[in-house]
Amino acid sequence: MPWCQRPSHQPVRAAIAFLIAAVVGGPVAPGAASAEDLVAFVVDGQSVPKPLTGTPGDPVAGAKASVNRGGGNCLACHVLPIANQPFQGDVGPDLRGVGARLNEGELRLRVINAKLVNPESVMPAFYKADGFLMPRKDLAGKPILTAQEVEDVVAYLASLKE
Amino acid sequence: MKIKASALGALAMAAVVTAALPGAAQNDQGEKPSFLRNEYQAVKPEKANPLTELISGYFFRSRETQALQDDDFLNPGFLWVEQGQDLWSKPEGEAGKSCADCHQDAAATMKGVGASYPKVQPDGKLANLEGRINLCRTQYMKAPELKYDSDPLLALTAYVRHQSRGMPVKVAIDGTAAPYFEKGKEFYYTRRGQLDFSCASCHETNYGHYLRADFLSQGQSNGFPTYRLKWQKLGSLHRRLEGCVQDTRGETFKRGSEEFLALELYLAWRGQGLPVETPSVRQ
Repeated sequence: MPWCQRPSHQPVRAAIAFLIAAVVGGPVAPGAASAEDLVAFVVDGQSVPKPLTGTPGDPVAGAKASVNRGGGNCLACHVLPIANQPFQGDVGPDLRGVGARLNEGELRLRVINAKLVNPESVMPAFYKADGFLMPRKDLAGKPILTAQEVEDVVAYLASLKE
Repeated sequence: MKIKASALGALAMAAVVTAALPGAAQNDQGEKPSFLRNEYQAVKPEKANPLTELISGYFFRSRETQALQDDDFLNPGFLWVEQGQDLWSKPEGEAGKSCADCHQDAAATMKGVGASYPKVQPDGKLANLEGRINLCRTQYMKAPELKYDSDPLLALTAYVRHQSRGMPVKVAIDGTAAPYFEKGKEFYYTRRGQLDFSCASCHETNYGHYLRADFLSQGQSNGFPTYRLKWQKLGSLHRRLEGCVQDTRGETFKRGSEEFLALELYLAWRGQGLPVETPSVRQ
């Protein structure tokens, strides 16, 4: 069972949703508002229901971004149903069938910033541009994925139904 | 020196190409490392240590890599150890002294020294073996410092630490060392870089898991300087730390910096009791 579905995380999740709402006076995630180039997004409980862009996510592009080491590099930590990728990681949960377990909004929040679900998570935030300690100079102020890439990865993950 | 160093590199290359082909990384479709096969020796940590058992990086590596380390004739790290042995008695600098002029036979005088470093020096500053060797050079030999990760400094460091092989790591963290220890500990648990990883993210929370082409160890330092197959040569702990920080997509610190020295002390303590393996062989 993935960490995000563990019953033990229920209170944590509720607390985080509350905190976010309390601190910023509304359900807008911190970080997103302060980085100029990032699209603001709304966290609703465990989910970011609205897409970050007007262009629907492309699951094929999302699969590519998931493999790309300079991009999402999901494969470093997660098992994904991608052929010819022998060195898959098991630091994070197995993502086969994740599209049947989580809806798009829930997937989107976890790709944007899994620490909003579980602050102890080691999973990097893929759509966060500041608040990092000594990021590489050429990466400072930039998120790992663009808004469209987030949508692509979410579309890909949502397609993993079994 | 230059000729010798490059010849050494070539030799090392030859030794590794014949002994261990690339692709030593294993996953669940291939051979499992001894840690996962439950074939490993662990050391019981001190009470304050956050780890429940101390496991050398050796047990996270493949059989081939382990075999390279196990045989002193195959182990390419010994090319540096042997070079270090030669350098030990070679006079250098204006004082016309060699290491041996003050320290005589390293097998006797350096036994245990490598297990106790890094150590606070009489000037109150923390030094690792590399730093201590350079301190001897500038202060007593009147010779220039050797560059970090240069072959001669690696050779001398490996030679000195090798004299403690099999002895338990035992660093002092109290008294004058305490502030360095705290600084190192803080570094260890601080998330950094665009990926927002601390040392603990990988090596405390997730050791034993696969991270793409590698298998996460406890990040123990008992084998350094280590012959790393990826480098095709011996390398310092600080070189490895630099790589780790870069893996967080973060700006790194310099080898020999105060930050890395403090971290080196903290890491040594996390492995307090593990046997020194220098020169180890790692992926």
